[in-house]
Amino acid sequence: MDPLFQAAPFSGYVYPNETVIPWSVLIVVYPYLTGLVAGAFIVSALYHVFGMRQFKVVSKFAMLLALCLMVCVPLPLLLHLGHPERAFNAMITPHLTSAFAIFGYAAAFYVVLLMLENWFVFRPQFVQLGKTGWRPARWAFRLIALGSDDLSDHAMRYDHKWIYALAVIGIPAAFGLHGYVGFVFGSLKSREWWSSDLMPPIFLFSAVISGTALVIVTYVLSCKLRKVPIDMACMKGLAVTLWSFLILALLLEGVEFASLMYRSREGIEVIRQFVFGPLVVPFFVLQFGLGSIVPLLTLSFLIWRGTGGRALVLALTTCAVLVMFAVLMMRYNVVIGGQEISKTGKGLLAYEPEVFGREGLLAAASVLVAPFVLLLVSLQVLSPWTDEAAA
Amino acid sequence: MNPSDDSSRQARRIFLRDLGRGAACAGAVAGVGTLLASAGKAAGKEAPGAGEFPAKGFDWTKHRWAYAVDATRCIGCLRCVEACKRENGVALDAHHFRTWVERYVYLEGEDKPRVDTQADPVNIEAAGSETKYRFANRYEDAKVEKAFFVPKLCNHCTHPSCVQVCPTGATYKTKDGAVLIDHKYCIGCQYCVQACPYGARFFNHAKGVTDKCTWCYHRVVKGLQPACVEVCPVQARLFGDLNDKESPVSHFLQDNRVQVLKPETGNGPNVFYIGIDKEVS
Repeated sequence: MDPLFQAAPFSGYVYPNETVIPWSVLIVVYPYLTGLVAGAFIVSALYHVFGMRQFKVVSKFAMLLALCLMVCVPLPLLLHLGHPERAFNAMITPHLTSAFAIFGYAAAFYVVLLMLENWFVFRPQFVQLGKTGWRPARWAFRLIALGSDDLSDHAMRYDHKWIYALAVIGIPAAFGLHGYVGFVFGSLKSREWWSSDLMPPIFLFSAVISGTALVIVTYVLSCKLRKVPIDMACMKGLAVTLWSFLILALLLEGVEFASLMYRSREGIEVIRQFVFGPLVVPFFVLQFGLGSIVPLLTLSFLIWRGTGGRALVLALTTCAVLVMFAVLMMRYNVVIGGQEISKTGKGLLAYEPEVFGREGLLAAASVLVAPFVLLLVSLQVLSPWTDEAAA
Repeated sequence: MNPSDDSSRQARRIFLRDLGRGAACAGAVAGVGTLLASAGKAAGKEAPGAGEFPAKGFDWTKHRWAYAVDATRCIGCLRCVEACKRENGVALDAHHFRTWVERYVYLEGEDKPRVDTQADPVNIEAAGSETKYRFANRYEDAKVEKAFFVPKLCNHCTHPSCVQVCPTGATYKTKDGAVLIDHKYCIGCQYCVQACPYGARFFNHAKGVTDKCTWCYHRVVKGLQPACVEVCPVQARLFGDLNDKESPVSHFLQDNRVQVLKPETGNGPNVFYIGIDKEVS
């Protein structure tokens, strides 16, 4: 076999060119990362825009997390491109009927917005860091603070106005960015598995739950590492947020799946064969059962009983991990699943991910880990926590 | 696709290319005036379609190409597949084809046809190599009710999904109806591969760009036929200009009630078939 590509085994009849699956696990990671950004931003905005004070404790952290994730979003795409050095062609001469062409602008806009928001949020810390410590570091932080070292009440009120305004802009931008990712798939008429008007909202709500879940997991983890008590009001708020958006996400996915099966258009025999064959474990057992129904029932129970304390932390964190896993599975089942159903409507392919290649599992895992390395580095310098004084 | 969009996109591509060259020249002589002169020259360059474009002695505004397949004639010899691979330097394996031939076989007592192509493992085994093309006599002992071959290729659609989704405009439609790819501009995202309903596109791993049938545009602009049409021993494949009422393809469309593949996509394919069955997609 040619080492340049990996051919997928198939059954039934597939077009000869389909045996090389075009989009790999990297394109699974791409919407997953984008979704985490949108979700983390929404949690932060719940405090900054909607004034939900229970989220204050994680608001700065979620904002920093969103930025670290967002700067890594182009990585999987660049790794996937045949000519990454030409990536800017899409921005220099965008073809405006292409959903992909808009990505460069949408992502760039969102990175700038997140950078500005983080700059305003962390400006007081930059100013402080610019006054103490190693001289070159002081200069660097003064540079980052752009010489704006006024920390008076008036200046802070001014900053707060900007934080509020940027968060207000950021909410529709986050929704738009992720809705657009759904459109990339949903707008293609060539694949029955993708072609759906519900794809944008499905991607959006699954994004919100994955991001919220990530904030829960990382917050709990950080509290354990910092040996700081976990804020129960925040945990309860996050539980309700996760629960309500999980219901919406599940409802939309259920409706989409039901209508696909019920409409039963051409090629449905193969889709049925796929759904009740190779998809049983990844879709019904892992994504739907373990990753969605188990957390939904658990969260419903927690909210109904008003559970608090250690039990809440343990159960909510477990639910969050399961939800993050479910959303990753959802991305996999959509992106890879769509390509495993042949466009002939007469056959199925089986994607077998490579491990070490440029588009292999190792590369995808590295891309997934990259934002957290960036986060750890950022946390060495910045403190997004407001609970440390209380500890 | 609006034809004016095509020409403006082509014009933009040429303009930008020449602007880049102009800028490089200007840098060499370090003169702003030279830059402006180069840019002005580029902008004033002959617009696409206004004369001999894209090749000498060829005006793409004068033609409207179409392709026809008479499936009742095809004998499945696969000379077209081989000719295409050799003419266009397509990878010699069982996963990259600009054109291929499907075989539909209805066996007695079965509802659905059995479909395969030259890329099927059984046929490769019979041929002895991925680089040789033949259909194995696999239904020798079965009772065959009906069987036929269907040559497939890019449909050079009137409203091509691949052109719609291309983020850079590297895939474009020429004024004479061919859908082409600028391999120097393609970023290799493969969104077009996903968008094509016909499986006509594939990734050229050696070049890092997408690839597909061009109707042998490099031959067509020289007045030649596409390689697959040229080698077909039974004239199952026809190519010609719809602007020429006497061309074989015009006669084909006048004389037959034709079908296109997947008309429900709204793509408006420009490969016209006769002699195919409802199961062909």
